Amino acid sequence: MGWFLVRGWAFLVYLFMFLPVAVVVLLSFNASQFGSFPMTGVSLRWFAELFSNEAILRAFRTSFILGLCTAMISTVLGVLASMALVRYKVPGRAVISMLLIAPILIPEVVLAVALLLFLNFLSLNKSFGMLLMGHVVFTLPFVVLVVQARLVAIKREYEEAALSLGANPVQTFFQITLPLMAPAIFAGMLFAFTISFDDITGTLFWKPGGVETVPTQIFAMLRNSISPEINALGTVMILLTVGLPLLGAAIARRMAGKINT
Amino acid sequence: MGTVTLENVSKRFGGFTAVHPTSLHIPEGSFLTLLGPSGCGKTTTLRMIAGLLDPSDGEIFIKGKSVNNLPIYKRNLGIVFQNYALFPHKTIFENIAFGLKYRGVSKQETARRVRDVLDLVQLPHVADRYPKALSGGQQQRIALARAIVIEPDVLLLDEPLSALDANLREDMRVELKRIQHQIGITTVFVTHDQSEALAMSDEIVVMSAGRIEQQGQPEAVYNTPATEFVARFLGASNVLPATTQVMAAEDIQVETNHFGRLVLPRKRAPQIEGEGRSQLIVRAEKVHVEPAGQTMDGAISVPGRIEAVDYQGQAVRYFVRVGDTQLQALNMIKEHPFEEGAEVSVNVRGWDCTLLPEAAA
Repeated sequence: MGWFLVRGWAFLVYLFMFLPVAVVVLLSFNASQFGSFPMTGVSLRWFAELFSNEAILRAFRTSFILGLCTAMISTVLGVLASMALVRYKVPGRAVISMLLIAPILIPEVVLAVALLLFLNFLSLNKSFGMLLMGHVVFTLPFVVLVVQARLVAIKREYEEAALSLGANPVQTFFQITLPLMAPAIFAGMLFAFTISFDDITGTLFWKPGGVETVPTQIFAMLRNSISPEINALGTVMILLTVGLPLLGAAIARRMAGKINT
Repeated sequence: MGTVTLENVSKRFGGFTAVHPTSLHIPEGSFLTLLGPSGCGKTTTLRMIAGLLDPSDGEIFIKGKSVNNLPIYKRNLGIVFQNYALFPHKTIFENIAFGLKYRGVSKQETARRVRDVLDLVQLPHVADRYPKALSGGQQQRIALARAIVIEPDVLLLDEPLSALDANLREDMRVELKRIQHQIGITTVFVTHDQSEALAMSDEIVVMSAGRIEQQGQPEAVYNTPATEFVARFLGASNVLPATTQVMAAEDIQVETNHFGRLVLPRKRAPQIEGEGRSQLIVRAEKVHVEPAGQTMDGAISVPGRIEAVDYQGQAVRYFVRVGDTQLQALNMIKEHPFEEGAEVSVNVRGWDCTLLPEAAA
């Protein structure tokens, strides 16, 4: 009886969390003029309109490029930082580690304002580069955490064996360490991309005038009216931000399965 | 192939000295074992020879050349690690060929050498598999193959057998010795297992707390331990207080509380220089337990009582009370082992014992 109540309650909580998402997805196929119930028929009309909306397409392109660049830069920096922190004796590594992780712990608004003030202090204008920098700061901790955890688990003996066989440290990194880290690097890259693609708080502060990412575009559109196009856009976003990590996790699992001892 | 020489090599980690200044010479082609309990500095010594650790002091020579400033990847060593460290993302062929790639060996030559070394370790059919598809013993052989295919000057083995189960370990021990003998490579072997050390080594170096306790051939180290530590570490030994009384040309007479007067040959007491207090070392297998009242030729017999019995199949280990001391006796079983509480006769022969000065303890 007690368990029945617990299960029922849990079910209600999940319903409360996911029903709105389901409604958005459902209504995106609504043929009606208005983005609300009742449904008048099933249609892909709003998806069609979505993909002919120049502003939205531009936002998609921006988000995509921003996410890709963020993922690339964060991953390279994250891998290098992890290597240094895990494999070498860096003075003050505890502090450096803490500073790298800090952006996750600090509320995003505070981080956003801080970076903005810092740019003002340096009298730098907002630009795509600055937006990118903000996203890198914000996604780096995730990459560092994932890659570091993996690197700690890779036994030093693999690298020592490679060195003893005549590979120099650089060859050892590319032949042994990097392939063994690959699943984590891949996962970190996906994390960085999805977080960047999803982000709105920081982006609102950092984006230069006239540049919109998908989340800021949705936000702007909502201020005018609730167009059913937003439902379609929401569905596409859900597909991307849920589907990508799932796909990534599956690929990472396959890669890890092949190399795990 | 080459010699390895350590000259006053030491290693400190902060305030802790892992290896006190140590000198060691390993002749070409010989199999030397660093034996000791964990934390005795044996692995640190091996890692310094390998170039995985820099010595704090002293100099290391391989083939007569100082290698202190030579990084590990230029030392031309074969290392086998405790957990094998086969590259999990490479096939067995790629694992073994890894070292050849950095030595400019041609494709055909690589293929031939990998095939030959796989034959040598008796695993000719696994080249295309991944390490995780092999058993522990097979991975061990591949790790060895990968280390020797590059024709290293020295082979370093870091507890390579300790991850295997007991039966396999004894097989691999014979196998490893066969391969080492066949290619005649200078080998440094690190282990905490005395039976591995005794079975495989040309020379054993017993270490404790960062210092060499004794160095010598297995039989010498086993039969004439130089310190109480060595006596206790290699096999079970009884250590009894004794007093050296008469020093003759050939023999030494010793007075003990438990066995009265024993006569030892002088070569059993190389460190004894005069009369005085000393320590009598009696190996457990040299303490013969017989039915009460029975004596043995040339032995001192005293009565004792069995306090505990550790039955091992073909042999049995007794804990026997003699006077105020409990002695260990490791005996072959003739018919049935004695039972706990049995009154027995305990026999020790003088020439089976070793005498150490008390200060050596």
